[in-house]
Amino acid sequence: MSDVVLETRNLVKHFPITRGIVLKTKVGAVRAVDGVDLQLRRGETLGVVGESGCGKSTLAKLLVGLERPNLGSIEVRGQDMARLGGQALRRARRNIQMVLQDPYTSLNPRMTVGDIVGEPFEIHRDAAPRAGRERAVRELLDIVGLNPDHINRYPHQFSGGQRQRIGIARALALKPEIIVCDEPVSALDVSIQAQVINLLERLQNELGLSYIFIAHDLSVVRHIADRVAVMYLGKIVETGNDEEIYEQPTHPYTQALLSAVPVPDPRLRGRRDPIVLEGDVPSPADPPSGCRFRTRCWKAQDVCAEQEPHLEPRRRSPHPSACHFAEVRNVIRRY
Amino acid sequence: MTDVTDIRAEIDVLPGLDPRAPLLDVDDLHVEFRTRDGVAKAVNGASFRLAAGETLAILGESGCGKSVTAQAIMGILDTPPGYVTGGQVRYRGVDLLKTPEKQRRKVRANRIAMIFQDALSALNPVYSVGFQLGELFRKHRGTSRHEAKRRSVELLDQVKIPDARSRVDDYPHQFSGGMRQRVMIAMALALDPEVLIADEPTTALDVTVQAQIMGLLAELQHQRNMGLILITHDMGVVADVADRISVMYAGKVVEEAPVYDIYGRPAHPYTKALLESIPRLDMKGRQLNVIRGLPPALTDIPAGCAFNPRCGYARDVCRQDPPPPAYQIAPHRFARCHFVREVLGV
Amino acid sequence: MSDFNLVTSVEAPGGVPTEPRRPDRSGKPRSLAGDAWLDLRRNKIFWVSAVLVAVVLLMAAWPSLFTSADPRQCALSRAHRGAGGSAFFGYDFQGCDVYARTIYGARNSIVVGVFATALAGVIGLIVGLAAGYYGRWLDAILSRFVDIMLGIPFLLGAIVLARRLSGPHDTGVVAVTVTLGVLGWTTGARVMRSAVIASKNQDYVAAARMLGAGPVRLMVRHILPNSIASFIVVLTILLGINIASEATLSYLGVGLKGDAISWGIAISDAGPYVRTNPGPLVWPSVFLGVTVLAFIMLGDAVRDAFDPKLR
Repeated sequence: MSDVVLETRNLVKHFPITRGIVLKTKVGAVRAVDGVDLQLRRGETLGVVGESGCGKSTLAKLLVGLERPNLGSIEVRGQDMARLGGQALRRARRNIQMVLQDPYTSLNPRMTVGDIVGEPFEIHRDAAPRAGRERAVRELLDIVGLNPDHINRYPHQFSGGQRQRIGIARALALKPEIIVCDEPVSALDVSIQAQVINLLERLQNELGLSYIFIAHDLSVVRHIADRVAVMYLGKIVETGNDEEIYEQPTHPYTQALLSAVPVPDPRLRGRRDPIVLEGDVPSPADPPSGCRFRTRCWKAQDVCAEQEPHLEPRRRSPHPSACHFAEVRNVIRRY
Repeated sequence: MTDVTDIRAEIDVLPGLDPRAPLLDVDDLHVEFRTRDGVAKAVNGASFRLAAGETLAILGESGCGKSVTAQAIMGILDTPPGYVTGGQVRYRGVDLLKTPEKQRRKVRANRIAMIFQDALSALNPVYSVGFQLGELFRKHRGTSRHEAKRRSVELLDQVKIPDARSRVDDYPHQFSGGMRQRVMIAMALALDPEVLIADEPTTALDVTVQAQIMGLLAELQHQRNMGLILITHDMGVVADVADRISVMYAGKVVEEAPVYDIYGRPAHPYTKALLESIPRLDMKGRQLNVIRGLPPALTDIPAGCAFNPRCGYARDVCRQDPPPPAYQIAPHRFARCHFVREVLGV
Repeated sequence: MSDFNLVTSVEAPGGVPTEPRRPDRSGKPRSLAGDAWLDLRRNKIFWVSAVLVAVVLLMAAWPSLFTSADPRQCALSRAHRGAGGSAFFGYDFQGCDVYARTIYGARNSIVVGVFATALAGVIGLIVGLAAGYYGRWLDAILSRFVDIMLGIPFLLGAIVLARRLSGPHDTGVVAVTVTLGVLGWTTGARVMRSAVIASKNQDYVAAARMLGAGPVRLMVRHILPNSIASFIVVLTILLGINIASEATLSYLGVGLKGDAISWGIAISDAGPYVRTNPGPLVWPSVFLGVTVLAFIMLGDAVRDAFDPKLR
């Protein structure tokens, strides 16, 4: 498909666990991302959801080059970013940027807003004409809904929502095609989240951006994403469009996740039948054999321990699902 | 299960307790923070009541004063810079704010307990969980070490920590986030309090764990007929468990109502705007309504109704002092807005 | 009730931040340094220590402003005489004006203190920055080196080094300066290293890396400015310590020599006569103590003012 802007194949990232002070020996590995295949199409928003420890933050870092994968490829504009280095990597980076989660730590407190948003131009001299650099920065501030006259202010003079806008402006500076949003609204108040979400949607429409939107909040992801990938312990267990994932989930983990999300409607009390999972998430350093979810799954059989289910369409799941017993079960209750 | 009655009878925590008075009655509470940048009015006349067996949710965003209110009730406010400048906090008729610290300390944990958002920092990392639990019994009940340990294991069982007997000697960092939260709940409930204040208990947890913890809280509350104050900003969680809701904004309770009324027909513009701005799992493709502007700086709260700069219903009267009084809408319902009728659509 | 649907997503212009903050009346940009200055202005301790430091520096630069007497013009006939005329502190065992010696002594003490601290600062900065930023084996090596240096007993090392470094005709200023600089960089290095490690992991550094920033830009633009604050404070404290250390070394006879004047020498000379004539010991000691204290207080005040967490 020619309008796939980003594709990952079998992306793997392990963090070695070492012991020893002077000479470190490897005693194990945290398998943070363990074989992820993703596709992002032009103009769409792909949501990646999962709980803590599922590897989504690591995935975000891999996509923008903050970490190098151990295996696998990340193809953007025909180039495998994972294999690039030096100047080539620097150029490739211009096309895929990130908005970080914490607006209070993602901006250098000792730089003015103008410096922060203008830094991409300093690093990539050819991206904006020197004469027009300040103008470019002002325009960016305006696009994200900030007052361009505040260009000389410092981050601590802004609120959390405004700081997040500054981060978005910075991400837009190099005119990327793809923006990876790593929990961009989780640290914000509820009423401010709406402002930033609306902004991101508006920018997507106006500038033709493609987003990978990583979050743990399923309601937010539903609102903004066209397609969704569900992650568990380093692997994607189900992908599909909005209707498929939310109304017709087939993987037990997705179903459990959705049923656990509280819906703000008190009339549903007593009518919801939440799937309560037993136990804790297994350690990513020592995931279960076969299907990783089997230790908490009510459908688990022997085959689940022996054979790892691949992410593919199945008899009872028209969209890809990594479960031997995938079956549609609508868990969202409505009044 | 420890015999609740004999423990109660043993402790004469405060003189003047009236078993017929409301369990907790907060009346016109005012709390200030005196900072270098001015006086921040964190709580400006918060009032609510809690009865036994009831769950009251205090809903609001950061800076609205909900956590400060809880701290003032518990008496754990950081002073300086925080000062309680008015109001009463009556526990069964006795004003805790006027009670000397020595007696107040007895009320804490024994009668009113609190759990926090971050269990890892609320638990002491250098002592085992069993030790910390046991300490409560040893100190407040004078039990022997052996008996304290037995009760600790029992408590861990009640909060559904698997294999409690062997886990009682583990340290906080050896538990997962959800398990630590259960330990914190166990600590709060150890001395059979009548009131439990939960300050954002599940905000830092995954959604599947959140469901487990909220379920546990509901069950324990029911068993013990405790009053539960749930402080949160999550409107989904509140819909699931609360009986009544107090919505706070800029240090005031702007609306209080039974839970069905708040979600069905909110009477205050802020509540309404909040409900319309949250993305919902069961809806797709809805334009999220935005509340323009920002919550006010607590050192500089607008005159009149604090919400007026952001309110679509605001008129001149809203911008002038005095702030709107609490308009009674129904026997258990009020809202601080001059235009409740309009908001409700009557 | 659709009239309440506000779809604008633009913040109120001049967006007022949510946290309680001084309102930005002037509209001028306020930097962290600006904020720090505003805090320092109100801090009494800052003013007291700043004035004291200023006075001492003035004393070192222009001693003639404070006294017209010549510290080297000593007459044995005046030995141990009490205060009189412009000799506010009396005379010492050689008949020298104690007050003049104290004033003139400031120069050597301050000069040694400042340059020794500067030397220690440069070494500490480079070592700390390198160890913190590059980590792994470089950090391991440098940290062990720091540990070894810390293991050397200060006094012993100083005595050995000062003796070796000074020739027979020197005043000893260079020797003492180098000695103190070489032995005093370790604390700064450690502080710098931990600050760099903390900064390195901050989100904004990751953001810059993601934009394509190279190591130089990261270090200079992002890490250094955010990690240098505590380092600078360590330096101001080190300054006080170095001044005191020079006094110690001079007292022990391995510091300044010849007819050099410093507080340490003054104290050292006055030692044997303290029972009968305490003035020559007491006054330089007081000046020394007050100066060291002033630098330390200044360092504390500056550190607190620059600490954003204390706002």
